[in-house]
Order: sequence, then structure tokens, then C-alpha cells
Amino acid sequence: MLPIIFVLPLLQLVILSNAATFDIKNIKFSYVDHDKTSFSRALIEKFDASTYFNVINQFSSKKEADAAMAKGEVDVILEIPRYFERDLLKQNKTVISVAINAIDGAAAGVENVYINQIVQDFNKNAKVALSQPSDLINAPKDIMAIPSFWYNKTLNYKTFMVPGILVLLVTMITLFLSGMNIVREKEIGTLEQMNVTPIKKYQFIIGKLFPFWIIGFGLLTIGLIISKVIFNTPMVGSLGLIYFYTAIYLLVVLGMGLFISNFTDTQQQAMFIAWFFIVIFILMSGLFTPIESMPKWAQILTEFNPIKYFVEVMRMVMLKGSSLIDILPLLIKTTVYALIMNGLAVWSYKKTS
Amino acid sequence: MKNNNVIEVENLTKKFGDFTAVNSITFEVKKGEIFGFLGANGAGKTTAMKMLIGISKPTSGKAQVAGFDVFTHPEDIKKNIGYMSQKFALYDDLTVKENITFFGGIYGLSRAKIKEKRCELVEELGLKEIVNELVGSLPLGWKQKISFSIALLHSPTIVFLDEPTGGVDPITRRQFWEMIYKSANSGTTIFVTTHYMDEAEYCDRVSIMVDGKIEALDTPKKLKLQFKAATMDEVFLKLARSPSPTLPEEKGVNI
Repeated sequence: MLPIIFVLPLLQLVILSNAATFDIKNIKFSYVDHDKTSFSRALIEKFDASTYFNVINQFSSKKEADAAMAKGEVDVILEIPRYFERDLLKQNKTVISVAINAIDGAAAGVENVYINQIVQDFNKNAKVALSQPSDLINAPKDIMAIPSFWYNKTLNYKTFMVPGILVLLVTMITLFLSGMNIVREKEIGTLEQMNVTPIKKYQFIIGKLFPFWIIGFGLLTIGLIISKVIFNTPMVGSLGLIYFYTAIYLLVVLGMGLFISNFTDTQQQAMFIAWFFIVIFILMSGLFTPIESMPKWAQILTEFNPIKYFVEVMRMVMLKGSSLIDILPLLIKTTVYALIMNGLAVWSYKKTS
Repeated sequence: MKNNNVIEVENLTKKFGDFTAVNSITFEVKKGEIFGFLGANGAGKTTAMKMLIGISKPTSGKAQVAGFDVFTHPEDIKKNIGYMSQKFALYDDLTVKENITFFGGIYGLSRAKIKEKRCELVEELGLKEIVNELVGSLPLGWKQKISFSIALLHSPTIVFLDEPTGGVDPITRRQFWEMIYKSANSGTTIFVTTHYMDEAEYCDRVSIMVDGKIEALDTPKKLKLQFKAATMDEVFLKLARSPSPTLPEEKGVNI
């Protein structure tokens, strides 16, 4: 059992961290060029030169292009109207149309941003080409927003995902193990034997908690080593702080598991309930979808999600180098949560029926 | 507690909803006695025993075990009793030695005491070769003997044995009863349930439960006289055959 507990989640860490990426690359790009001038070709070249877009095809009519999108052959269609160059030169403005396959809304949003960036870049160059030298001097300086990405400078999604996925794995394994534990003893019959001994309820719960607490640390340690060695995830903050937080965090998860275990009669029931919670916790952790974009009620629910706190702390400490003071509010909430869950675990363990 | 009764039960009742599992039973067990607690399956033996060992709250009545009230001081009772359940309940994935250390620790024995007890046990049961083996890999007979010894580890006043010899071969059963006699001789009270009527003959006194009530309670000798039977087997059949609401009348009880 012990090798299974350690090897499987770490395999998952390696696989998932590579797979769970929001990087959008190799967008299947096509265009319909009604203009066929040096300007229109320059715009298309800009897309071609970008690493995000693969120019798949050129269509002679919008209809053909639409058909291709319906078949899923292309993701983006750029339509350049007739007189594109002429309008741009004479009226200094023109309109192009872009169609994006938005079945995956999140991806479409990202694609839209990329397209805008390229078009704006093209605009700027066009302006320079069009303006007279005299204009250049008088031209109002455009206010430009220069995006600067902090903490994850290269926008490497692995850096972002590895700490989060590590959190999921540590949580999942410890919750399942503790959730199955007491109920397993109910099934075997050893729990009855324990109940006729003078063992105190809190002693029993601590005895149940401790081994899984150690296993949790083991998982975290190996996970951190893997993220350093394989993914080269930065560790800006203090490793000690991560362990300190994890020590308290694990108590929340284990308390919850033991509480589930006390309430169920079979391992099957315990497994179902543990799954129920873990799925909600994962999807509402802010790891895969930002909490800010959830509806208000869902945002309130996430306050009860321990994984959310752990993900936040891991990212704060590992990537931003946050100190104890920075994570103090999260630490306090987690501590209160741990006290409540373990209180419930002790309370729900009944030596008498 | 007057005289030297270690268990005193008066009108003890347990109801589950409408169903009365144990119906106002009254008896007492003296110190050092081997008390046989018989009854057909479903007669309420296990429920009654669970109340006495403090893991099931009685609905009404009075009961004192080892001088403590089952309603108010179940945890004190647990310190003074040993229990061996019907289901084998040592940890299969621990060795014999580890199980001894574990249960010794739970009863608050010191390390030195545990070691001393373990050496005694190894000596008495001849466990030398298997003391480091996983309990799960041992044959049932061994398991039961070890369970019993572990139930006695903290020198309890009373030991409760719930069908300790179920599924065990005749030789091991005999050895098991020798162990029971030995600990009874050293002053431990034995409270035992069984379905083997030859074992009932070994008891000092026997009670027979039928449908939640104690229908007979005396020494095996007197019971046989009372029911004009040659063996305890006959006594049991006569009692348990009487019409019962939980069992189809014509079928009775097969033993």
C-alpha cells in the first residue's frame, strides 16, 4: 500500500502539470483576403510570424471559410475587406472582421487578446508608414500600456500549476486515507475491540491522525523535490513556512476525513462522500478557474474550501516569496478550520451506541 | 457492592424502537465464577453483553460491573474488564508482539510491565516461533488463544468472552477451556457465551436466554434436574423450542 500511496500521486504530478496548461498555442488560423495588396499581405504575415498562430489555409470566400470552421479545420478566420489598403491610406481607418470558434470560451478569449495585439501592432506600423515626417514630431505620444507580468515572468503555466497540483494530490491522498480508516476498522471489527478499551476519544483520534500527517509531509516533500528537479519551479519564499502551514492544513483535511469515517458504516459510503467533497474542492479551488469570475454565492462557498487556502499559500510563498505576515490571515482561518474539523472528529467518534 | 458480586444486573432492558432485544433481565455473577451465558441466535445475548461492557446504553434497569454503574461510568468499567469478541479483533497487519505492545499500551501498562507480560505469554502459550509473525497469517486456534491472553493482559476483574470457540477444533477448544479454568482459579471472573453445550457443562453457573428474557439460571447440575434432562443439550432444546415470535414455530432452533 505504501508504494501506491507515494508513487501514483507523484506520477500524476508529473503528468498533470504538463497537461493542465492554459497556454494556447498552434491556433489554426485562416484568412479570406479580398484586397490582395501589400498592406493586407503585411497583416497576414504578422499572424504567420507569431508563434501562436499557424496559418492553415486561405479561402477565396467567407462561405468556404465558414464551412471549414464548421468542420473544425480552423479556429480563427480573418476577413480582409476589399479596399482595405485604400481606405486605410485615404480615410486612415478601415474595418476587418475576425471570426473565432468560441466553443471553448476561455480559449476564445485568449485568442481574441492575441489577435488584438497583432492588429494593434500592425496599426502602429501602418501609422508610422503613413505619417509625414512633420507629423511625427507633432504626433501626440500614444499612451501605451506595457504589460509586465510579475512573479511568473515568462507566463509559464507549469510554474503556476505545479504548486496547485501538488496541493491537490496531498489533499486527495490524505482525505481518502483518513476517510477510509475508521470505517475500515468498523468493517473488520477491530473498532469494537477499541471501544471496550479505556482509550480516550481524543487519544484515539490523535492516534488515527498522526500516521497520515506524516504521510502528508512525505508526499509534500517528494512533490517539492519533483517540482524543483523536473519543472524547476522557483522557491522564492521560505520552505519552513510551507511546512509550517502544511502542518496545520493537513489537520483540516485529516479531521474532515475522520469525521466522514465516523459517520459512515462502509468504506464505500466513505469513498462516495470523500469524492463528493474533493471534486467540489478541486473545481472551486481557483486552480482551474479564477474564483473572481464565479457567481457571488459560489465565491462565498469557496471560503469553506481548504484547498483554496492551500493553493493560495503555496503560490504566495513559492512564487512571490510571501512571509508569515502575508499569509497570516490564511493561516488563522486554516487554524480555526482545523480546530473545528478535529473537534467534530472527536465528537462524532462514539464509543457507545 | 455487597458480598463479592462482580456483576449485578436488575431489570436491565434494551429496546430498539418497538423491538425489545433484552427484556428486564436480572442476575448476578460472583467473583471468580465461570458464568455461562447461553441462548439461541437472536435471543439477545450479544446485546446484553454489549450493555455490560459499556458500548451500548441500556434503555432502563440497573447494572453494575466491577463496582461501576453502566449508565454513568462505562469508561471505568472498561478499565477493569477484558473483552474478546465473536469476530477476531486483533490487528491482522501487526505481529503478535506488536499487538501485545499495542493493547498493553492502551490499558496503560508500563513498557517494563508489557515486556514482562509478553515473556510470560510467550512462555505459557509456546509462542516463541510465531511472536514476530503477522497475526493475520496464524491459524484460527492460535488467534483465539492469543486474543484471550491479550484480553487478560491488564489483569482485569472480569473477562467477557463472546463465543470464543466458534469454528475452533476440539483439541484447541479443550486447551482454550484449560486457559479459562486457569484464569478463573487465579480469581478472574469469566463471563462466556457459547453454543457448545458441552462447554456449558464446564461452567459454574449457566443462564439461558430466550427472546430477551433469562428463562433459566442455575448450576448445570440443578438445571438438568429441574428440566429432567440428561444433558445440557436437552435442557437448552426444551427451553429454546418453546414458541417464539421471532422464529417460525415448527422449525424451532437447530443446533
